[in-house]
Amino acid sequence: MYTYKRITLLSGHYGSGKTNLAVNMAFDLKQHYEHVAIADIDIVNPYFRTKDSVRELEQAGIRLICSPFANSNLDIPALPQDIYSITDDRSVMSVVDIGGDDRGALALGRWTPGILEEDNYEMLLVINRFRPLTPDASSTLEVMHEIETAGGLPFTGIINNSNLGAETTAEDVLSSLSYAQEVSRLSGLPLRMTSVMDTLYESLKDRIENLFPLKITCKGVNEYGKANI
Amino acid sequence: MADKVLMKGNEAIAEAAILAGCRHYFGYPITPQTEIAAYMAKRMPKIGGTFLQAESEIAAINMVYGVSSTGKRVMTSSSSPGISLKGEGISYIAGADLPALIVNVQRGGPGLGGIQPSQSDYFQATKGGAHGDFHMIVLAPSSVQEMADLTVKGFDLADAYRTPVMILADGTMGQMMEPVSLDYTPKAPVEKPWATTGTQMQREHNIVNSLFLAPDELEDMNMKRFQRYAAIEKNETLYEEYRMEDADICIVAFGIAARVSKNAINEARARGIRAGMIRPITLWPFPTAPISAATQHVHSFISVELSMGQMIEDVRLAVEGRAPVTLCNRTGGMIPSPEQVLQAIQTAAENGGAK
Repeated sequence: MYTYKRITLLSGHYGSGKTNLAVNMAFDLKQHYEHVAIADIDIVNPYFRTKDSVRELEQAGIRLICSPFANSNLDIPALPQDIYSITDDRSVMSVVDIGGDDRGALALGRWTPGILEEDNYEMLLVINRFRPLTPDASSTLEVMHEIETAGGLPFTGIINNSNLGAETTAEDVLSSLSYAQEVSRLSGLPLRMTSVMDTLYESLKDRIENLFPLKITCKGVNEYGKANI
Repeated sequence: MADKVLMKGNEAIAEAAILAGCRHYFGYPITPQTEIAAYMAKRMPKIGGTFLQAESEIAAINMVYGVSSTGKRVMTSSSSPGISLKGEGISYIAGADLPALIVNVQRGGPGLGGIQPSQSDYFQATKGGAHGDFHMIVLAPSSVQEMADLTVKGFDLADAYRTPVMILADGTMGQMMEPVSLDYTPKAPVEKPWATTGTQMQREHNIVNSLFLAPDELEDMNMKRFQRYAAIEKNETLYEEYRMEDADICIVAFGIAARVSKNAINEARARGIRAGMIRPITLWPFPTAPISAATQHVHSFISVELSMGQMIEDVRLAVEGRAPVTLCNRTGGMIPSPEQVLQAIQTAAENGGAK
C-alpha cells in the first residue's frame, strides 16, 4: 500500500487526471484516517472540479475545501478562505488538487513556505502519455519544470495515470510503463504508483508494481462518455 | 505520438487545424473555449506559426480577414458573446468571399449569460450570423473525434467555396475528453489566384474588399454568391441517420443533444417504441430532404435542443405540417437528460401523431 504523507499534492499537465485521482486518494485515505480533507485549488478550469463529487465526499465524511464559485457561472480564479487550514491544521490528512500546468500551480506558491516548513508532504507529478502535449518523457519534463518554477515546490514523486478515458485497455497501460520509467529516470523522481480504472485492476495487479485502482470516476468520463457516438 | 490520444474537444480542434495547414490563429480568451488558444500558444511558436492574443474579439476577426486575404489558412475561436463581437468581421469576410474557420464553443445566453454548455446561438450561426445577405457553412460536431474531423473538413470547404465556415460546438464538446485519432492525409492546396500576395510586376492588382460603389454591381455579386450557396446546399449537406429505417418517432438533434438522445432512443426501442434520429452534421445547409422524406413513415418529430427552441423552426419547415413537431429542451447552461428525452418520446408515442 502507498504510504501517505500528511499532505499529498497532485499536479501535472491539465487533463492528466489529477482531479479524479485526488478524489480517489481522499477515499483511500479515509480508510485509514479519521480526519481527511480534499482541497481544490484549481484557479484555471471552471469545468470538471472536485465539487462534481461533493455528495460522495460528504457521505464519506471527507471535508471538501473548494471555491464556493466552482461549477457556477462565476468564472473567476477564486480560492476559499478555509484553504489555509491545509497548512494550519496539522491533524488532518490532506489531498490537494492543483490546477493544470504552470498557470494552475501559481496559486500553490502562497502555501509553499508553510508546506516546506512542516516538511511532511509529497508533491506528485501526474502523467499521461496519451495526452497530446506530453507524449514522451522530454515534453513531460518540460511541463514539470514549468510547474515547479510557478509553484516553488519541488516534486517528490510520479504517478503514471496514462489512460485513454473509458476506452483504456490493459495493453494501453502496459505500453505506458516504459514512458513512466523514462520520466522517472530523467527527473530522478521515484515512480510512486500507476493508477488504473477499477475494471482493469484485477488483470494488471500482478503485472504492475504499486497499482492503484480508481474506484470513482468523475464527470466527463461517465456522464457523457457512455453515450455511444 | 501514439495512435490515439486523449484530447479535450478544444484541443482536438486546435491540433486538427494545425494538421490542416493552419499556421495563423488569432483569438481572445473566453470560457469554455480557452484551451484552443492555450494549445495554439504552446504549439504555434514551435512550428513557425503565429499565435496572437488580440486586444479584443473584433481585432482578432479582422486579423483573420487580413491573413485570409493573403491566401493562408487562418482561424479564430470564441464563445457566444465573443462571436457576437466578431459579427461585423464575419460579414466582411463573407462579403469579400474569403475562406476562414470560426469556432463557436457556445455557452448559455443571452448577454454575458454563463459558462455552461448551450446551443442557443443556432439562429445566429445558421441565419447569417451578422448583417447582410450571406450564409456560413455551419458544422456541428457530436464527439471529440468530430471536433477534429470537422475542423479539417471546415478548412477544405472554406477554401473550395471561398466562404467562412463555423464550427458550432458547445461547452460540453469543448471540455469533454475522448480518445481521438488524428490521421489525415493532407489535400493538395487549393489555388488562390485572388490572394493579395504581391504582383511581382507580373499581373494586375488583386483587390479584396466588400465595398461596392454601384448598387447594381452589389446586387449582381450577391446573386452570384447565392449561386455558390445553392451548390453548397446541393453537394455538402451532411447528416447521420440512427435507427430510422422503421421509425415512427424521429428525434432531430445535434451535438451533445444527439448523444443524450441516442441513449433515450435505445431505451425507447427496448420498451417497444420505434424511435430514431436524424442528426444534422451541417446545420447550414440544413438536412431538409431527409427530414421531409422521413414524413412518409414518421408520425411525430421531436426537436431536442439546449435552447428555447431554435432548430425546431427548420424542422417544421422541412416537415411542412405533415406531422407534429414538439420541443424537448433545457436552456441557460442545462443539458436535457436521457430520461427527459425518453419521456418526450413516450408522450409522442401515446399521442400517435395526433396534432
